[in-house]
Order: sequence, then C-alpha cells, then structure tokens
Amino acid sequence: MKILQRVLYAILLLIAVLVLNFSMLHLAPGDIADTIAQSMGGADAEILEQIRSDYGLDQPFLVQLGQYIWKVLHFDLGHSFFYNQPVTTLIIAKLPATLLLVLTAQLLALVVGVLLGVYSARHPNGLSSHFVTLFALFGYSAPVFWTGILLLIAFSLKIPLFPVAGMIDVTVEGGFFVRALDIAKHMVLPVVTLSSIFLALYSRLCRASMMEVLGSDYIRTAKAKGLSEREIVLKHALKNSLSPVVTLAGLQFSAVISGAVLVETVFSWPGLGTLALQSIIARDTPTILGILFFSALVVVVGNLLTDLALRTIDPRVRGKA
Amino acid sequence: MAPLLQVENLRIELTTRDGVAPVIDDLSFSLNAGETISFVGESGCGKSMTALGIMGLLPEKIGHIASGTINFDGEDLTKASDVRLREIRGNDISMIFQEPMTSLNPVYTIGEQIAEVLRRHQGLGKRAAHDKAIDLLDAVRIPNPKARVSDYPHQMSGGQRQRVMIAIALACEPKILIADEPTTALDVTVQAQIFDLLRDLGEKMGTAIILITHDMGAVAEMAERLIVMYAGRKAEEGPVEQVIDHPRHPYTKGLISCVPHLMGTLTAERPTLTEVRGIVPSIRQFGRDACLFASRCDLVSDKCLEGRPHEIGFENDQHSACWHAEDV
Amino acid sequence: MSVAEQPEEEIVRARHPFAEALEMFVKNRAAVVALVVLTLIILAGIFGPFIYPSDPFEMVWAPFSPPGEEGYLLGTDYLGRDLLSMLIHGARVSMAIGVSAAFITVFIGITVGALAGFYLGFVEEVLMRITEFFQVLPTLLFSMVIVALFGASLPMITLAIGLVSWPAVARITRAEFLRIRELEYVTASRASGSSNMKLMFKVILPNALPPIIVQAALMVGSAILFEAGLSFLGLTDPNIVSWGQIIGSNRQYILDASYTVTIPGLAIFITVLAISLVGDGLNDALNPKLRQR
Repeated sequence: MKILQRVLYAILLLIAVLVLNFSMLHLAPGDIADTIAQSMGGADAEILEQIRSDYGLDQPFLVQLGQYIWKVLHFDLGHSFFYNQPVTTLIIAKLPATLLLVLTAQLLALVVGVLLGVYSARHPNGLSSHFVTLFALFGYSAPVFWTGILLLIAFSLKIPLFPVAGMIDVTVEGGFFVRALDIAKHMVLPVVTLSSIFLALYSRLCRASMMEVLGSDYIRTAKAKGLSEREIVLKHALKNSLSPVVTLAGLQFSAVISGAVLVETVFSWPGLGTLALQSIIARDTPTILGILFFSALVVVVGNLLTDLALRTIDPRVRGKA
Repeated sequence: MAPLLQVENLRIELTTRDGVAPVIDDLSFSLNAGETISFVGESGCGKSMTALGIMGLLPEKIGHIASGTINFDGEDLTKASDVRLREIRGNDISMIFQEPMTSLNPVYTIGEQIAEVLRRHQGLGKRAAHDKAIDLLDAVRIPNPKARVSDYPHQMSGGQRQRVMIAIALACEPKILIADEPTTALDVTVQAQIFDLLRDLGEKMGTAIILITHDMGAVAEMAERLIVMYAGRKAEEGPVEQVIDHPRHPYTKGLISCVPHLMGTLTAERPTLTEVRGIVPSIRQFGRDACLFASRCDLVSDKCLEGRPHEIGFENDQHSACWHAEDV
Repeated sequence: MSVAEQPEEEIVRARHPFAEALEMFVKNRAAVVALVVLTLIILAGIFGPFIYPSDPFEMVWAPFSPPGEEGYLLGTDYLGRDLLSMLIHGARVSMAIGVSAAFITVFIGITVGALAGFYLGFVEEVLMRITEFFQVLPTLLFSMVIVALFGASLPMITLAIGLVSWPAVARITRAEFLRIRELEYVTASRASGSSNMKLMFKVILPNALPPIIVQAALMVGSAILFEAGLSFLGLTDPNIVSWGQIIGSNRQYILDASYTVTIPGLAIFITVLAISLVGDGLNDALNPKLRQR
C-alpha cells in the first residue's frame, strides 16, 4: 500500500511540475506566437492573432493549462520550432546518453565512496582518513566544469589517453563489443568528473556513519559471538551504515542532473544538458520546458528506486508500511 | 579439581584524558564449572570491565590488561592470540548485555543472528543452523518459534530480545556465560522470568554463570557466591547467604540495607532501610594506596587513609578488604 | 588529609557566549586561515579596481600572452584582455551575487521552515510538500529555465539562484523549530501569553539560528558555484565580467592558453573552499554539542 501511495504522490509532483512549467511560460514576456513570428522573420498583427488562435493561446489560462496537461499525459510536450520536431522525440533521442552518464556516475560515486568511507572508518587516524577529508573539501569547493576542463587538459590533451569530446567515434567500426568499448572510453572523463562531487559527499557520510555503527551495541554482540573482523565490518556494520548513504544518494539525483548539464557541456556529451543549452540559446521554449519536465521525471523515478533500495536494506522501513 | 576459571592479580588500565587509571586493581577470584557467582557494586566499580577483560573485548586503544592472568581451562587468556580468543568467544565463553533493545543487529532476522554463531563455531550448515535456531528459540520460551525465527529485532519486545540474546549466548552450550546486568532495562515481571530462564538453562547445560548486577535481590536468588566490587577493587567475597547474613565490609552492609526484601525482618541490628551515602570516587582517585571507600564510611580511621586494606579471611571462604572487617 | 577530601573541582567562570564562540573558532586553524584569505578576496573585490585601475573589457595586449609577460601579471585572454583586471572585477560580481542570493535563500528558507515548524498540521504538510517539490527540480536546469524565460540580468540570476536553493535552509529551520518548540522556555513564554509572532521570531528563532547561520555561510559558497556554472554556460549578462564567464568564453582555447581557464577556476575554488572552511569554523563555534565528535 505504501508503495502505491508513493507512486501516486510522485505523479502529483510531476503534475505540479507541469503547472509550474505552464505558469512560467505564461508569465514570461512574449509567447509562442512571437517566437514563431520571429522564426518566420517577422509577422504583422493579423498573422500573430491567427497563430494565437491556432495554438489556443486566446483561451483562458485554466483551459490552456488543462489542455497542456492533457497533452503531456499523452506524451505530447509540444513542437520544437527550432529543430522542427516533436519535443518528446527530441528528448527521447538524447535521454539515454544522459541516463548513461548520470547513472554510471552515481554508481561509481556510491561504490568508491562506500569503499573509501569504510576503509577510512577502520583507520580513523590514517592517511586514507585525511585523504577523504581533503577530497571532500575539493569535491565541495571546485566548480565541476573546472574539474572537467582540468581532467580534459591532463588526460586528453597533455597525455592523450581519452577522447576530447563526444560519446561515439563514428570512424570506429566493429561489433557490439568494439563500439561499447569506444563509448566506455568516451565516458571515462565525464563520469569521473561528475562523480567527483558526489564521491566526496558519500565517502564522508559513509565514514561518519560507519564509525557510529562500529561503536554500537550490536557490534559488541557480534564481537562477543567470536566473529572475525571482516564479518563484523562487512556483514554487520556495512549494511547498517549504508542506509544514510543511500538516502543521501537518493536526495542527490537532482543535483547529479544539474552537474550533468555542466559536464555534458564541457565534454560535448550528446545528452539532455547539451540539448537544454542549445534550445535556450535558440529560445526554443517548448524544448526547454520539456527537458525540465523529463529531468523531474528522472528525479522522481530515482527517488522511488531509492525508496525500494532502502526497504531492502533496512527492515524497519518496511515495518512502517 | 582446578577451577574452570582462575583470575589472578588482574589489573586493567584505562587511558583517560586525565591519564592512566586502574579500573580493575589486583583482582583475584575463581569460578568452578557449573557454579554461579555474582559481581555486585554500584555503576563504575569495574564489574563490566572485568567481564570485558575476560572476553578480550576491552575498548580498543583505551583499555588493556596491564598485569595478572586469566586462566581458563588451563589456558591463559591474557596471552591468547586474537584468533584463539575469537574461537573461545561465543563458543566456550559467551556474554549477554544490559541493553537488549540495541544489542541485536536491526537489519538481520533473529534466526540469522542465532544461526550465525552456530555456523561459526559448530560448523553447522545453513539448514541445520536454522533448525537449531528454532529449537533454541523454543528453549528460551519464545512462543511459536517457527514463525518468530524470521522476525526482525524491532518486531520484538525488550524481554523477547533478551531471550534471543540468551539463545545466541547459549547456542554453543558454553562453559561460562557472563550476564552483564541482563535485566536492568526490563520490567520487573520480565526480570524474574529472565532469571528463571538463566538458572534453568544454566543448570541444564552445566554452564557456569557470572552474573553482574547491582541488584542484591537478584544475587540472593541466583548465585552461590558473591563478589562485591568497589572502585575497581574487590571489597568482599563469600557465600551469598553468609555474606548477606553477616557482611564483613561496610560497603556490603550498605548495599544490603538498600534492599527491602532482604530486610524482611527489621531487627535491632538492622534497624532501617538506608542508602549508601556519597558517590563512587572519580576515576582519578583509583589506584591510590588507601581505602577508597573511606570517604563514605562510618568506621573510617586514620589507618584507612594511609594504606590499602589487606584481605582478611573468615570461615567458609569469606574475605573482606577492610581494616575494620572484624568490627563490621 | 581530611576524611571529607573531595576531588578538586575546576572552577568554571561564566563567560560571554560570544567570547566562548570566538575561542572555539580560533582553535580551528584552517578556519582562521580561510577567514584571512576570504577577507583578502573581499578586499580585492572592493578596492581592487581602485588600486589596479583598468578596464576588464579593453584589449590591452596581444591575445594569449602568458602570465608575467609585458607586465600583465596573469596574462591576457583570447581577446587580449587583462586577466588580472577581469579577475578583480569578477570577484565583485561573484561576491555580490553569492551574498545576495544566499540572503534570498535564507529569507525564503527561514520563512517557510519557521511557519512549517511552528504551526504543524495542515500548514506544515503543505509547506513541506512545496519544499519537496522544489527539491525534485534539478536546481541548475530550473534556474537556466528562469534565466532563459525572464532574461539574464544580474538581479534575475540572483533571484533564480535564491529561488531554487532555499529548501535546504527550510528543512534545517523546520527541524530546529520542531526541537525548540517543545522546550520549557517556549512553553513558559506561551503560557505567559506571548503572541505567535513573538514566539516564532523573538523566542524560537534566535535559538534556532546557529545551524542556520552555518548553512547560510555554506549557501554563499554554493551560490558562487551556481553563478559560475550559469555564466560558464553563457547564461549571464554579457556586459559584466564574472569568473565562470571567463572560463566559459576561453574554454575553446585551452590548447593555446590553459591558464585562462585554470586561473579563474582556481579563484572560484579558493573562494568557495575558504567559505566552507569558515563555515566549519562557525559550526565548531556555534554548535557546542557537535564539538565532541
């Protein structure tokens, strides 16, 4: 029941995003008619009126809002005048690249962050602990696009290990494996850049929660059972210290997407971020709003998945259902 | 026959902000197979430290055994390797704690937490360990064990969780069970049930029990012998009934006079229920060459302030570390 | 030696809480150094243009002159503009936007958080749903949309940053209010007939401030990063120099002149790092409960 409730709530959130989208569109100076007229190279008042009535812009606000939501529910996010394609088509084409980048970066940040956190919690005064602290400060303070450019200079220009830009090298030919390897090569720098922010965050939290868990009563019980160090840390402590990290990772989904916009720009990654920037420069409002909606959709789905993950980790969360 | 556990001149030091303090200072005692002894005293007297010392579970980097021996079954535990200690823990010597609410891992089923110790020490397979876990739940009198075995700790009451802890501790039929204030956090009615359970299972398995408590009533019910600890030192030791009847240390006397039903007959000798006035000295005072109880004692004399009292023996192995033991 | 000898108790003198906080802050070496660095950056932003008078938009020398050549300490960019001059002017913009955006953030955050934490029930429910709603939208993308639709003027950028970053402050404020509203002195004040307004802003808020102040300091840092991101993408007022914009406009030329990107990035990094270290120091100073960690 609880899960169903969460899903309904998520849908409501998404409808709220649509309302916001539409209101912003309404409040912004100039409307679609102006944009179309502009792209036609100017039009007189009569034609503007014609366009407005064609697009239903002369209808009352609420009617227009209703129509907008109705359309979106039928996967129609409008038409991009700049690309002359349905916005949905445009976005679906770019979504996989962004998802690939975002999910890989999150996964990398989580796995490495947890490993680093666990290790430094076991050696609180060791080198690794200082490293986590320093790294966390860097991750928090360095602008991600700058980190990206630095990595680009270092590992692509000075030492040409990885390609400079893009996702696929069109000159590479071969089977699935060869092409996958090519994409993987292109992914390394963007993924590392994007995960650097979150890796710092997760490793710091994981260390803190691990240290707290290691001091708890049930760890003492585990020791009294005669379990080995490894069993105590990896079985009894890790699962408990994972909950806060996973919760945080869930909350970071929207931040990861924000970061992805910048990283995509740095590495010319052909995803939603690049599309967003291009459509902003082209004043292609339907596309921009479509991207905002889709990114909210990704965040909402990410949050639901986090919820599910937490349920598998911690039975107490399940118990509350 | 040699005793099962023989602790001699044990000294445990704790590193605090103010320096190193002996939280256990020259403690000796022995425990025979199947026997139940009890450690009593107020909080901070070193009862739990004794237990953790025997288990080899002193807080890392903070506490360590400075000198003395812990002889278990012919083996000195203070010199045993970590690997050897892990073999002993949970198998030959096991322990239950004061906080049943937090002593079980919240993210694993109780069945898993019982089965784990069986797999570790008895080499049981998954299936066998699981079945044995159900039997153990039944043995600690948890109703419907087949269903409860897959419950998580948060689905159980405090009393039930302590029963699970007992099941874990007794899973491998250990030779010694250390119970550190096992009922302090529980309701009074549940307390009695837990003590019944411990006594019955201890007798059935022939397990010796070290009961740590500050509840003199529980001691009278459970234990054969009694060790009174004060400020890291043994104040008095002896057979329970004899000590309660005639304590030879003013601190023991004070503790006993706090307990209503031991005071069932208020006589001229034991006129009223009282409390032991004052508090346990700060850890900085531990280790001084003087009687640490002096500041709270009615019988205090110059001698008490100038030297640590020696143990004086009485009949039936009753000992008291008091300069005025004869006068108590 | 007397029988009644007690362990010596240290004499604790009551001190002004500010003095105590200051002492805790000073103990945090990194925070003190960071504060000095931050002060220098702020001073450079305020007085730099007078001490080093130059037009950041003027082409002063050949493009891509490396740092140190021809008297231009940090060299010139792809248009031959003096990088040092641009950095100094950029400091002003970054600081101004950082501080004012953080101000908007804290204002909205405290208002929402205080109302939610004080009134509970329906009000709390609605406000927290709104907060969650704002957390679902990727902040940078959201502010990009605002700037795209309503224009890339400095006030609009500031407003956009403020509008998308307040949920964190609201959550902290609410949590503090929920904790403090149950304390005895609040009950006492309530019993003595204080109005809700007075309770909220005179009784509870001052006690809720320490963690909010720390968060506000961090918000300045994240607003600076935010502005840098937007101007890196080119979504900024083209007539104003900012650090992110220098990086964005020069990034095609990293092969020829990587310093035009590394140096302004370093400026952002150092500034934000200094702010977060000062935030750490404030945390030590203002949240005594956390000190034991």
